[in-house]
This record gives sequence, C-alpha cells and structure tokens, in this order.
Amino acid sequence: MSIVVLEKARIIDPSRMLDEIGTVIVEDGRVKEAGAGALNQGFPEGATVKDCSGLTIMPGLVDAHVHVGEPGAEHRETIASASRAAAAGGVTSIVTMPDTDPVIDDVALVEFVLRSARDTALVNVHPAAAITKGLKGLEMTEFALLQGAGAVALTEGRRTIASALVMRRALTYARDFSAVISHETQDPDLASYGVMNEGLFASWLGLPGIPREAELITLERDLSLARLTGGAYHASKLSTAISAAAVSRAKADGADVTAGVSINNLALNEMDVGEYRTFFRLTPPLRAEEDRAAMVEALKSGAIDIIVSSHDPQDVDTKRLPFSEAAPGAIGLETLLAAALRLHHNGEVPLLRLVEALSTAPARRFGLDAGTLKPGASADLILVDLDAPWVVKEDDILSRSKNTCFEGALMQGKVLQTLVAGRTVFSTE
Amino acid sequence: MTEPQAFPPFRHRHLLGIGSLSPQDIELLLDRAEAAVAISRRPDKKISTLRGRTQINLFYEASTRTQSSFELAGKRLGADVMNMAVASSAVKKGETLIDTAMTLNAMRPDILVIRHSAAGAAALLAQKVGCSVINAGDGAHEHPTQALLDALTIRRAKGKLARLVVAICGDVLHSRVARSNIILLNAMGAQVRVIAPSTLLPAGIERMGVERFTRIEEGLKGADVVMMLRLQRERMAGAFVPSIREYFRFHGLDAAKLKVAKEDAIVMHPGPMNRGVEIASAIADGPQSVIQEQVEMGVAVRMAVMEALLETQIGTEAGA
Repeated sequence: MSIVVLEKARIIDPSRMLDEIGTVIVEDGRVKEAGAGALNQGFPEGATVKDCSGLTIMPGLVDAHVHVGEPGAEHRETIASASRAAAAGGVTSIVTMPDTDPVIDDVALVEFVLRSARDTALVNVHPAAAITKGLKGLEMTEFALLQGAGAVALTEGRRTIASALVMRRALTYARDFSAVISHETQDPDLASYGVMNEGLFASWLGLPGIPREAELITLERDLSLARLTGGAYHASKLSTAISAAAVSRAKADGADVTAGVSINNLALNEMDVGEYRTFFRLTPPLRAEEDRAAMVEALKSGAIDIIVSSHDPQDVDTKRLPFSEAAPGAIGLETLLAAALRLHHNGEVPLLRLVEALSTAPARRFGLDAGTLKPGASADLILVDLDAPWVVKEDDILSRSKNTCFEGALMQGKVLQTLVAGRTVFSTE
Repeated sequence: MTEPQAFPPFRHRHLLGIGSLSPQDIELLLDRAEAAVAISRRPDKKISTLRGRTQINLFYEASTRTQSSFELAGKRLGADVMNMAVASSAVKKGETLIDTAMTLNAMRPDILVIRHSAAGAAALLAQKVGCSVINAGDGAHEHPTQALLDALTIRRAKGKLARLVVAICGDVLHSRVARSNIILLNAMGAQVRVIAPSTLLPAGIERMGVERFTRIEEGLKGADVVMMLRLQRERMAGAFVPSIREYFRFHGLDAAKLKVAKEDAIVMHPGPMNRGVEIASAIADGPQSVIQEQVEMGVAVRMAVMEALLETQIGTEAGA
C-alpha cells in the first residue's frame, strides 16, 4: 500500500470547479482526496509527503488528437517515444489517430496498439479507429467491435469524408453504440492545392491558399447531419471564426456536437509562416490574426470545447522541402501546456477553463477515466510551476521528430512531475 | 578587353526576389545592364570579369529561353557554364532539392541559377549552399531577372519608370512575372494596373499596390505600357476560363483594344507567346511591340546581376 501526499499546492480541478490551496492524497494509484479539506490531516505511517507550496496540481492533460508513427513510420515516432514526450509535457492520456500504415480499421490493429502501449508506454494510450475501411471514405468499419476492443472514437485522422451519405450513415449507426464520430472538416476540392491560409500574405508568397470556407462547408454539412441523425459528432480541429459560430448554432439547436482547436491555431497566426518555414505548414492552416483571436474567444465562451496538440511528427524527409511539397503537421505534446498557459498569463482565458479544455472536457467527451481529481479517480495528475520560465530547445525534445513550431520560444510554466495512476512517469528532479 | 567602370556596391549575396531590393539597388542593376548591352552589341562580345568562375544552371522546369539567356550571359562574362539536365538526372530518381543542392555545392560553383515549380525553392537552396543563388523563377512567387529586364526595356523606350501607367494583363494568379513586376514598378514609382478575369487574380490583389480591372477596354485607357502574361494551356479549357476563344475575345490583345492605350504605348510579353490566345499576331509583330528587345535586355540584365553578385562575393572575401 503506497501513499503519496502532495501538500499545500494550488489545486485546479475543473470537474468540481475547484481552484483552492489544498492537499492531494494518492493511495494505491487513486486519488483519495484532493482539496482544502485534506489540509492538516494526519497521514498514515509510511506516506511520502512533499511540500508543494507555490506550485499547482491539476489533472493530467488529455490530448484527443495525437499522430504517432507506429505502426508504419517508427522513424518519426513510436508509441513509446510519443508517451515519453507526453509525460514530459504533462499529458497523461493520448488519443491516437488511425491513419497509420496499416490503418487502424480492424479489431486486431486496435489490439496491436493497446498491446504495444501496455508494453512500452508511460501514459494512457487510447486508440481511435477509422470510420471507413482503409480510410477510403466508402465502407464503414465495425464500430461496435472496434469499440469493444478499446477504440474510444471513430475518425479518419487527417482525411475528410467527401460523401454526405457515408457520413450520415456513420453518424446514424454510431449512435446505436454511443460512439463519437470525430472529423477533420476540410473540403478536399475547395482546399485542393492550398498549402496555407488564403489571403494577401499567401498571394505575395505565391502559395495557393485554403479559404476559410473549405473548413466551414464540410462542417456545416456534418452539423446538419448531426442534427438529422442525433449522432454524437466532434469537429476535431477548427480554425476560423465562422466555424466557431456554426458550432455555437448547432449547440443551441440541441445537437450532440463538440469541437476542438489545435493549440497552434490559438498561439500562432499565418505570419509565422514567414519565409516558407515548413514547420508552420499545418492542417488546418495557421489563419489570420482575427481568426486566432476569435478561436481564443470561442474557447473562453465554450463554443469550442477542447484544445489538442495535434501532435504530428514529421522528419527531415517530409519537411526539408519547398513549402508546397512539405508534409503538413507539427509536434506538440511537450509544448501543449506551456503554449496554452500563455493564454492564462496574458489574461485571455481563465486557468480553470484552460485546464477544463485540456483535460476534463476531452476526457468527458471520449468517456475516459481521466480529467478529474475527484476522490476515487485514477491518480493521473501533474505538478506544475505556473511561472517557471524556459526556452524550447531542439536538443531537449524527447519526441523522435523535431518539427516544433516553438523552437527558441520563451515559455512560462513548466511541468515538474507527472503521475499516471499514482506512478511518477516524469520528474525534473 | 574589359572597360573597367566603377559602380556603387551591390550589397546582396543572392538575388532571390525583387522584394529584397531597394530602389537604389534596382537603378544600379539597370545601369550596369546598360553597359552590358553595349558589350553584347560589339563584334567581340566576351569579357573576362567572371573568368575562372563556375556557373551552374539548375532548371527543374524546362525553359529554353531563360536558360539560354543565363547561359549566354555567363559565357559573355567569361564564366564556365554548366547546365544540369534535371530531367535525366538523379532528381528523377527521387533525390530531394536539398540533396541535389548539397551535391552541386560540393563542386564549388560560384553561382547557382535555379528555376523550380515550388515557391520558395530558391530561398531554400540559398540557405544550404555556399555560393550566390539567382532565382530564375520559383513557382508563382518571383522571377526577379524578368522584372529587371522588363524595367530596362521600359526605361530605354520611355526614358523613365516613375509615373508611367503600366497595365499587366492576364493570368496574374499563377504568375511570378506579375508579382516581381508589381513590386519593382511600385518601388520605382510607376502606376500599376492589373487586368484579368477574376478567376485569375490572387486573393487580396486590391492590397498589392495595384488598380484592378476586369475589362481590358477600361484598364488600358491611357496606358504607357501594356504587359501581356502567358496563359498556361491547362488553365484555358474550363478550369479558370471557359475557352480560348472566349478568353481571346475579352482579354486577348488585338488592335481594337490596343487603341485605347496611349498612341505611343509599348507592348511587352515575357514569352513564350500563345498567339491568338493572349495576343494577336499583328500586335506581337507590330510596331508597338518591344518583345524582341526584351529578349536582348534579358542577356544584359543577367550579365549585370552576375557581375554585381560576384563583386559582392569578392568584397566579402577580401573583408573577411
């Protein structure tokens, strides 16, 4: 019987709307108590007690959109290396995308991911499975069997389903099993050759643009189908003011919809592309400053529910190319919290709401035992120094790929210790 | 055989775009090019400013015209010129641009001239090699020597660039020539118009320092210079415009439309032309056309650019 006591910390627990100085007691991998009520109690003999004055404890982050290279591209990232990066970033649960090689569209492949995770991962790994076989956008996968094997969501990863009919049937059928359909909504025709946000800046660079409507048109279709079918729908990564407004309308209509935003679309804008910097080629693309600001506002108001890292490891072979030929994507597990804390430090989003969007909300949406410090919950939690300054350096990155958008960036807020089920999986000590 | 002529220093290691040049830089290059014109018109066209220097032309897109212009410019300056036959090289076997660049760099060239279909390719190359890089066209981004040769042609015909009304007509969306010209002409104080069907204009064109027209009859009113752009074949049949005949009818330059421009307006085209698509043969070969002169100025401008860059290199080495 192991007992860990973390004393006198600021405790943030959005699941109970709690922000107070208190103590966390972890017993046998579960939270026994967390809050002011646990202060100044006697502790059982043999407890490890740590004074956490001045530090903050929050539930470990739940990252609902993570690409790993396993299976198929292990030179970019394995489940093990992604989990080390996650642990260092304070992320205790990750939802992995199915667009690997082979595609996670079969029970045996879900089992493969879970087996590899069990043997090698430091954090909780929850696979998402494909909506359609081979991600071809045609035939449905075995939703219920996949769910039974451990898939927590159905998604096409980077792909968008072109057919409204296929999407309708997926939402309808998924509803019978309360499965969530998570979708990236970028109209493949309208976005076609586009490689960055459409506008003046792209025009000067001579790069084909992606209009905001490429995201909105598919999103509006999906939201209409969610209303029609009553299915559970999650728009995985939105980037524009008009998309956030569409989600708000659907929510007001009572549809079972939620939406996510990549940390990159909250922290950066199209100008960061600079002189063809391929690490800033992302999907959705970095948008204009007005859209970035609108996404922050939508996050604050709750129109957008979830923040994801959109962690997408890419190697030299896919990034050291001319901008339009480079693969989109950036890693983000290790910088997710620190980049999000910028919104807290500059007063844009309250800390409790930020942690909710980074942890409690995704856990709730995908039905995970995480995102809370309620007594009895799995002791997935992180100890954070909210003010500690640090600089992102390529050499320190644990991820196998180094394609970060934050190289050289000054961050404020550092993870000191990460616990998964009560076990320390990362510590700066 | 050199006539040493002192020019102010050109403080650039590469020529990647007009965007990084000041009006003074542009004037300087045009002045140097004037001197090069004189050399090219002599019976003995060869000087030795670049003797012993190596120039490599790396053309990922076929372009007989630009490539031979660069080749001739290098040879007239006395450089050893090598054309990388990209189509039959390792590039076809999947070698990346950077790997090819590193390989060429190891052969210690002094100048690398690159043409590539991707915007930013020249800048990417410049980060990885030790020599000067000249952008001979990167995607829809820039084609700086084309804008310079256009400016030289205009300056010789009109005596100035400032306050001239220049109409750029056609596929601005995909055109690096248009972008480089818009930047250069604005920097030199000309008044720039673009005339095109709206499907061939980039987003935000109104904020690129130009006046926008969709009717050529209106856009050409009072123009001093009419600059036609090439319309790529694959864009003619339904994708961006419905057909060649509709395009020619509304946007092709013929005698009736040209009448609207100033009487002494000059007509330009970067080549290769699609006769009967963007320009009528009678205009292309007519008295107002300076298209042949543009080709001649191309060699001169490229000589000027290479000389200026090499002087900078030597200056840097001496200073180091």
